[in-house]
Amino acid sequence: MSERTLRILVGKPGLDGHDRGAKIIARAFRDAGFEVIYTGLHQTPEQIVSAAIQEDVDCVGLSILSGAHNTLLPRVCQLLGEKGADDIKVFGGGVIPEDDIAGLKSAGISEVFTPGTSTEDIVKWIGTNIRPRA
Amino acid sequence: MSLSEKVLTGDVRAAARLMRDIDDNRPSAVTELKQIYARTGNAYIIGITGPPGAGKSTLVDQLTASFRKQGKKVGVVAIDPTSPFTGGAILGDRIRMNRHATDDGVFIRSLATRGALGGLSRSTSDVALVLDALGMDIIIIETVGVGQDEVDIVKAAHTTCVVMVPGMGDDIQAIKAGILEIGDVFVVNKADREGADRTARELAAMLEMRDTPQGDWQPQVFKTEAQRGTGIDELVGEILTHRDHLFSSGLIETFLRERNERHFVDILRDSLYKHAMAFMDRTATLPRVLDGMADSSIDPYSAAEEVIAEMLGYDPQSV
Repeated sequence: MSERTLRILVGKPGLDGHDRGAKIIARAFRDAGFEVIYTGLHQTPEQIVSAAIQEDVDCVGLSILSGAHNTLLPRVCQLLGEKGADDIKVFGGGVIPEDDIAGLKSAGISEVFTPGTSTEDIVKWIGTNIRPRA
Repeated sequence: MSLSEKVLTGDVRAAARLMRDIDDNRPSAVTELKQIYARTGNAYIIGITGPPGAGKSTLVDQLTASFRKQGKKVGVVAIDPTSPFTGGAILGDRIRMNRHATDDGVFIRSLATRGALGGLSRSTSDVALVLDALGMDIIIIETVGVGQDEVDIVKAAHTTCVVMVPGMGDDIQAIKAGILEIGDVFVVNKADREGADRTARELAAMLEMRDTPQGDWQPQVFKTEAQRGTGIDELVGEILTHRDHLFSSGLIETFLRERNERHFVDILRDSLYKHAMAFMDRTATLPRVLDGMADSSIDPYSAAEEVIAEMLGYDPQSV
């Protein structure tokens, strides 16, 4: 039986218009052999969750630079839970103050990557923490 | 409840998971597909094909909006390429379709080609079956960006739309074999660009050169600006006219027979291959053949015939 290919949704919730970081991450995931569903800019949490379910992804990576992370990231986790899809892990990256990370993790975010994190480290984290579903 | 039972009640999560199992080649997916097969065949399948950057995804977005206005439920299968080096893929067709993400009447699934060469993934037909079982009225399949020879879509879709853009080359391109032979409808997208009229004229001239028997479908060329929604109503009208033609002419019977043949033969070939590999594994045939080829005591042609003879219990030379 062939191995499953890991599927990841990469999206940008909210209003900031800078997706260079998200694209670099998407590209690094592609090079790591993952299938990346890239949903682009200005997504609502509802759109992200609906796409994650239809695409049957193993995890959702959200890039956020606008400062609205404390609202948008927990909202994605909450909606996944409401749809019975809280087995889909959520991680975030972007300009997120250290002080906010503990709160985000207690709201269900698996990991937060701050500026300066290398793409290798993120890919490595995925390899250790996210398994394609059985 | 099994995945297939859930799909038949309209469960989106179950449908998405079954599609994954199909794509990942899980044996359980075959069991589930057997359960839904009899309940499919209701959806009308539209294929959208053309070169990369022609605007296929934007066109799919507009067609989806148009069919939603008519109250139809729409499934979309959008295919992007797998990297031949890493096996990874960036599936970005959804970016153009995000406005439908929270519409319960739309289900969009992105697939990677995973090594298939005909413009679709191996799983595409079966994923479309799941969308059909989920109750979608219209299924739109967007191929990977194609060049000249990726024509699998024509066997998967009832109506195939070939999307071109202005400035793709001179009129000799239009008489070559390949994707230009498979369109039921031709679209020149980005029609606001210079050269659109010329491209449309050349395509029309190419189509007129065909020797179409009386009563057969004669493809037409349509100009669209998918970004602005210009020309979409006319395109939808033409797709529906083609559908009516398929049914009124009885050509639908031939189409379905050919499609089913293709589907069955693909499954049979896959299945025979898997069985043969498992058989060789069990009987340790492969190392023996490779040793024989190394010292030229066995040729690969005879070795293949012997495997088939042993596995199926008959001599391929005798049939």
